[in-house]
Amino acid sequence: MFAIYKRELRSYFITPIGYIFCGVFLLVSGLLFYQCTLARQSMDSLNMYFLLLICVFAILIPLLTMKLLAEDRRSKTEQLLMTAPVSLTGMILGKYFAALTIYGCTFLVNAFNFVLLYRYGNPNTAAIFANILGVFLLGAAFVAIGLFLSSLTQNQLIAAVSSIGVIVAMLLLYLIGDAIPYAWLRSVLQWFSVLDRYIPFMNQSLSIPAVVYYLSLSAVFVFLTVRVYDKRRWS
Amino acid sequence: MIEIKNLCKVFGDKRAVDDVSFRVEEGEIMGFLGPNGAGKSTTLNILTGYLSATSGTCLVDGMDILEQPLEAKRNIGFLPEMPPLYTDMTVKEYLNFIYDLKGCTFPREQHLREICDVVKIGDVFGRLIGNLSKGYRQRVGIAQALIGNPRVLIFDEPTVGLDPKQIIDIRNLIRMLGKEHTIILSTHILPEVQAVCDRIVVINKGKLVANEKTEDLVTAVDGSRKMVAKIVGPQEDVLKALRTVAGIRTVEVLGKRDTDSISYLIESEERVDARKPLFYMLSTKGWPLVGLEGVELSLEDIFIRLVGESRRKSRKGGEG
Repeated sequence: MFAIYKRELRSYFITPIGYIFCGVFLLVSGLLFYQCTLARQSMDSLNMYFLLLICVFAILIPLLTMKLLAEDRRSKTEQLLMTAPVSLTGMILGKYFAALTIYGCTFLVNAFNFVLLYRYGNPNTAAIFANILGVFLLGAAFVAIGLFLSSLTQNQLIAAVSSIGVIVAMLLLYLIGDAIPYAWLRSVLQWFSVLDRYIPFMNQSLSIPAVVYYLSLSAVFVFLTVRVYDKRRWS
Repeated sequence: MIEIKNLCKVFGDKRAVDDVSFRVEEGEIMGFLGPNGAGKSTTLNILTGYLSATSGTCLVDGMDILEQPLEAKRNIGFLPEMPPLYTDMTVKEYLNFIYDLKGCTFPREQHLREICDVVKIGDVFGRLIGNLSKGYRQRVGIAQALIGNPRVLIFDEPTVGLDPKQIIDIRNLIRMLGKEHTIILSTHILPEVQAVCDRIVVINKGKLVANEKTEDLVTAVDGSRKMVAKIVGPQEDVLKALRTVAGIRTVEVLGKRDTDSISYLIESEERVDARKPLFYMLSTKGWPLVGLEGVELSLEDIFIRLVGESRRKSRKGGEG
């Protein structure tokens, strides 16, 4: 598993995709950050910044995950991985953690933006940490979704576009929810909606149910990916 | 070492592998012969754990590939039909990755160097796999299978797409590896298995057709020989005379392929060598024999024969 993790991590920086991801992430996030805080001379729109960042993830994270499994399937190297003495779960987790590491490290670098705030004012540390944790977990779930969709195709473009579609649909549940007249359906949708779950983090509180929800969302999609591979073997 | 029992694999409504059973003993080089689409690759993919069988079992060194996959896979080095190479890595990086992937415990540098010496890829060690020629890629694929020193090596059509010199190199390499490993070599070329293997398993349309020692199989299908004779002389007379020679079943004129001789396709009776009577007859008549060569059986001929033979046997069995 560790060998696969290492190779996958390296491959991000052999091909330009890793640099593009980091570069675009930091650039867009930096611009948003500037617009939402420094330019306004206030920290009221900090939540706005994080919400916009989540929307950026909807496009950026699929670019990071599209090649994870689709590429191996196309070039037949998956035959190597699947006949090596490594379990399926180990192989999928290796890939998942590789993408998660790139995403997490970039996010960590991005967090230095907040240091600036302390120079100019007295920001609400609790709000910042709650948001960072929430956005990170949300992104981790997106990585798992991208991983899953990458396992369904051997075409990276299809994997990327369908991941964007699924993630955007999940974000839109937030808006759709309000428009639905039936209370029971609305509560079901809100239960599933990733953004509704995010609200507590915006209110500076660490919501345990939300953390569990995001972690299990990741786990479910990683698990489903393993099942996809298992099923392909049998059919 | 390897035991396959009643293996079946169904894709949708197609039976790709149908009740195949065979064993490979320790230290044997087994040829796995069949035309394209016979189910060779499917069988090997099941044996290596890439696919799962619909029914039946595969044992590697007594371990079931489904029940103890990690232990069983550790004993196998597999070169699939398309060598599974990461084209964006150098040979060095790739082999190091495989070394980690298989969780080897040998001294790394020494182990990799030994393997590179065996498959002769030392001079491309630092190059990108994507820039290597087909022959070198195949060697890197073999190197990959050798890492971890597995007891069983499985090669799926290792010589496809190589030039004749590379084919000979790879065959020699396999023969050499066969001294220390149990090998399964899948191919659709008969001379290849004849050159390398101790035993041949023939498969066609998913079914086992033959499982015999190489010599036995070759003589079994080689019983009646076809040959092409180039003879100088008047066509009609030669034809008539040829038909009277003992042991010759049919003669067919192929026409003039040379400046002065005429070619004849001669098929002898089963298990009869008609070459000597042919020579004596021609020499008494004064017609020079300027060429005589055997016609190699194509794989299709072998199947027709093997399948025909097994049908005859089963019919006899039914009567008895």
